[in-house]
Amino acid sequence: MIGAGDVVTFLTRTRGRGRLHWSDWLAYGYLVAGLLIVVLPIVWMFLSSLKSPGALVENDPRILPYEQITVPAPDGSRTFGVQVWTRPDGTRLDVAVVGPRGLNARVFEVGKPEPVFEVPRSQLARKEIVSPRWENYTEPTIGATQSRTFNFLRYFWNSTFVTVVATLLTLVVNAMAAFALSKYRFRGRDAMALVIVATLLIPPTVILVPLFMTVSKLGMLNSLWGVIIPAIATPTGVFLLRQYMLTIPDELLEAARMDAASEWKIFWRIMLPLSLPALSVLAILSVMWRWNDFMWPLIVLTQSEVFTLQLGLSTFKGELNDNMHYLLAMTVLTLLPVTLVFVVLQKHITTGIANTGLK
Amino acid sequence: MAASSLNSWVAGAWKALGDLLDGPFAAVQRHIGAHRMAYVFLLPNLLVFGLFSFWPMILNFYIAFTGGQSVILGERPLVGFENFRELLDCPSYLDPKTCPVAGYSFWTGLWNTLFFAAVQVPIMIVVALVTALILNRNIRGRGLWRAVYFYPVMLSPVVVAVIWDWILKRRGILNAVLDDAVTGWNGFVASGWFAPVAGAVLALVLYAGLSRLFCRLNAICRLKWAGVLAIGLAALAVLSPGTPALLTLAEYRPVNWLIDQRAGWPMFWVIFVYTWGHLGFYMLILLAGLQAIPRDLYEAAEMDGTSKSRAFWRITLPLLMPTMIVVLVLSLIRAFQVFDEIYVLTGGGPGQATKMIIQHIYESAFIGDAKRYGIAAASSVLVAALLMVLTLMQLAITRKRAGG
Repeated sequence: MIGAGDVVTFLTRTRGRGRLHWSDWLAYGYLVAGLLIVVLPIVWMFLSSLKSPGALVENDPRILPYEQITVPAPDGSRTFGVQVWTRPDGTRLDVAVVGPRGLNARVFEVGKPEPVFEVPRSQLARKEIVSPRWENYTEPTIGATQSRTFNFLRYFWNSTFVTVVATLLTLVVNAMAAFALSKYRFRGRDAMALVIVATLLIPPTVILVPLFMTVSKLGMLNSLWGVIIPAIATPTGVFLLRQYMLTIPDELLEAARMDAASEWKIFWRIMLPLSLPALSVLAILSVMWRWNDFMWPLIVLTQSEVFTLQLGLSTFKGELNDNMHYLLAMTVLTLLPVTLVFVVLQKHITTGIANTGLK
Repeated sequence: MAASSLNSWVAGAWKALGDLLDGPFAAVQRHIGAHRMAYVFLLPNLLVFGLFSFWPMILNFYIAFTGGQSVILGERPLVGFENFRELLDCPSYLDPKTCPVAGYSFWTGLWNTLFFAAVQVPIMIVVALVTALILNRNIRGRGLWRAVYFYPVMLSPVVVAVIWDWILKRRGILNAVLDDAVTGWNGFVASGWFAPVAGAVLALVLYAGLSRLFCRLNAICRLKWAGVLAIGLAALAVLSPGTPALLTLAEYRPVNWLIDQRAGWPMFWVIFVYTWGHLGFYMLILLAGLQAIPRDLYEAAEMDGTSKSRAFWRITLPLLMPTMIVVLVLSLIRAFQVFDEIYVLTGGGPGQATKMIIQHIYESAFIGDAKRYGIAAASSVLVAALLMVLTLMQLAITRKRAGG
């Protein structure tokens, strides 16, 4: 019988040296189960993205991308699928299937187009090989058909532009405000800080309509700037940077002022380089926000030339077409940059987010 | 070599850009003096906040009292409380069908959102806490586990929705796996392996339970008796003729997880997928909170002979409480504003089963021929009031805890 005390032991006990306690086994079991729930969907999608359109339409549930072997017809006009015919006596023969006839199939032996004979379909099994279909990736990106299927390069460029420009602007604009709030004493400083905090209480989701009208009035509808500008000032960014800048000694600034450096130069040459750790946390957050942003672009951008990747993907998913193979491959390409950044900067990202409580 | 030349190039470009921007700023500084430059540095931020946060918030109240379909403010006629009447004029709020059209959509979304938040937030906090507590043990490769659990947070909601849509299709992998599992289990029950394997497992489980029970009842542990009894019971259970028939499952029929509304599956999966995508963030915050608890507290407790469970209830939980409240507030506020994942995954369907309040606002204003900006703005005002109450309530709780 397991009592409440055992549950607590399982959750809190720290492992001793040597043998594993039963609760350690349970802990690792829990972690592995969680790992599978997190990883398997992503792996499954990646493997599916290498399947042929046919396999996807049939919803072939097998893990690996199987492809039926085909042979060209004698006149070269079409191809026939190859199947393995198991005769009643157990011997096997590779045959190309020309067509069905009742419960039978008309076939010929591979390599010998004549004669065409009939075998029961129940004795046939598809002959398949594992063949990843990389064309799912190349066709919409560098292939000739790209603009007609899924304009990946255009969406990718738009997403990259929004992410890079918005992140740079976010860093500069918020660092300027943080500099003012941390290194100057001026009338109304506390009021300004309060005003900036107050914007935290306005969730963007409840000002969609007036924001849309404002952006529309400024002529930024269907422009990437309409996505970039409204969110470059973030209260969380200002306070993250301000906390850090408060730790930078004022003497450094005084010394620079003695040398007759302008305030802007002090900001640009001294404050920004010294705030690099805090800036990089904000940069990582901003890249994540912008690359994954969906709702605001959905409202501002309605023409497909200005779609970001997220919009392109969701629109493509909504269309009931047979281009599932492209959708899955493009989804993998969309998550790839974020994944690469995460693999490289994993430690910085997790500690940065754990310390700031932001995502 | 290449790296250092790149570095110096970046440094040069950085300096050049700074000097370029210095021109106008230095000119302003000469004009107003160094100590007033603070206002100049604040200006861009305040401009953006003013134009894209404060002004829209004020505008929102105005739009809520206007009608028509124009985007231009001057062309929108004032209609008084008409929009609010359409949202709130219901004989019964519990039954949205009794409301006007806009009210039906609003209340359906609101009840769905309340249900979603009430179920999703507690589940996610408990799972995140359990995961964080386990990772806070002396686990091998903690950093790697933490990274893996956090990874879905990095994915965009659209990608998350595409992945799960692909899994949950009627002929997707989940149905295929469940079908295989049922077929495999039935094959196992019918095979000759069933009796020995199931008997051994059952006997072990019974033995573990019975031996503990005996120890508690008798004070003397009669382990031999427990063993005999366990094996006897297990054999009886496994060999009795009704057992295989009882354990044979009905043939699995694929479920249309996101469309079959009868068993509430769409709402279940919407909650599951959202939790899957966000759990790692809260786990990370809770783990950081756990690691901030000083170790010597536990050591002192151990010296005093405090039990593990007492240490958990008296040290871990109270010291984690501030972090827990932060997590609760954040996750509640986020859950109320859920949109992206669900909109891409189910589109609010089947019917209106997973339509959330933000989707109602979005669709009123931006979908369809009739752009009902007034209705959307009025709904926003109501939702904002709700969120505000929530935030203030949480702040009050935090205060009280801190004070007491």
